[in-house]
Amino acid sequence: MTELILPAVISCIIAFFSVYIMMPPLIKYLGKKNLAVRDIHKKGEVMVVRPGGPALIVGVIASELVLYWFLQLNEILAIIITTYIAFLIGYIDDRKVMGGWFKPIGLAVAALPIIFLGAYDSNLAFPLFGEVQIPILYFAIIIFMIVITGNTVNSIDVANGIASGFMVIASFTLSCALFILENYEVAIVSLPLGFISLAFYKYHKIPSKIFPGDSGALTLGAMYGAIAIVGEVEVIAAVALLPAVLNSFLFLATVKKIVDHRELNEKPVELAKDFKLRATKNKQARISLVRLIVAKTALSEKEVAIVIFKLALFSAILAIITTFMMEFKI
Amino acid sequence: MIHGQLFGFMFLMWILIIVGGGIAVTILGPISISGFGEFDSFLSSASKGLIAIILSGIWVLVLNKMKNLIFRKTFSH
Repeated sequence: MTELILPAVISCIIAFFSVYIMMPPLIKYLGKKNLAVRDIHKKGEVMVVRPGGPALIVGVIASELVLYWFLQLNEILAIIITTYIAFLIGYIDDRKVMGGWFKPIGLAVAALPIIFLGAYDSNLAFPLFGEVQIPILYFAIIIFMIVITGNTVNSIDVANGIASGFMVIASFTLSCALFILENYEVAIVSLPLGFISLAFYKYHKIPSKIFPGDSGALTLGAMYGAIAIVGEVEVIAAVALLPAVLNSFLFLATVKKIVDHRELNEKPVELAKDFKLRATKNKQARISLVRLIVAKTALSEKEVAIVIFKLALFSAILAIITTFMMEFKI
Repeated sequence: MIHGQLFGFMFLMWILIIVGGGIAVTILGPISISGFGEFDSFLSSASKGLIAIILSGIWVLVLNKMKNLIFRKTFSH
């Protein structure tokens, strides 16, 4: 355990500062290239640059390569390659809006390195009930996991700072769970994700200076999913991600098909005269987590973010309880 | 009030995950098909996959019912 402290500290420092230092020049560059979109929740024509994904992927690769140099684990290579492919999928979608099926299929391809590098265990562990052996079915779970985590993190990117702040809470929860289960190596491999999200939150929080874009959101989501698989904490990871899963579930339950949210005309929330977010009265519009949060009372963007962070903390507590429940069998 | 409903719904999702896990281990775990030679493993996995898809479908249906039950007033609002 003690021999892991040095690589852990170095990788976390690299993860945090590579993103923190790279972000200002990236913001400047994207501004010069006029790669900006309107922040729809702000008064007037406030433009925000995107995507922040390139800085995030540099942070992921740099910190995880340091860990690979120390630990020589195939699992680290699987995480790096999967995350990088997810970043590329997102980056293509950032530059050219693709159809609703592009991201799920692309993320399914991104999951393949985990299978080819054998960085998984085909037993699926559940709290209280133990493990189930599903050797061939587990391939489907690997692909499903990356598709789900990538898309759900992307779907929770609904307002300034929410995706990054949410990922800080979820990823540190996952690291805690791995430490509790004494899976120290993967726990250390997971730590950079939290620090990358934290560094990005500095620039993404209200008022955002940069948006993650699909490349940023898919990078964070796919890395989270890859860590869950190689760390054998799939169920715990799903619990920590519950608010985002709920948001995706509400989307699919009302839209009833896989489609990019940009293809939908009716927005679930609208801006009130006092620039607070309120639920739309349009019955054709989809239900979303934010629409439910502001259903009774209009809230500011910051107040909505606080409610989502509270939900994330609640799911983090449930995830830690789930972790302890893994130790017991009935 | 709506925020309380959201926390409640998330708690229900968590309970469903725990119960669903228990059902998966209890039903899927013991499945083992034999008598088909080299296809035994494939057939076992295929049947586990089929049951897992059915269980997931039921899980989503239950969740959808609960969503309608919990947020009915909010949706009509």
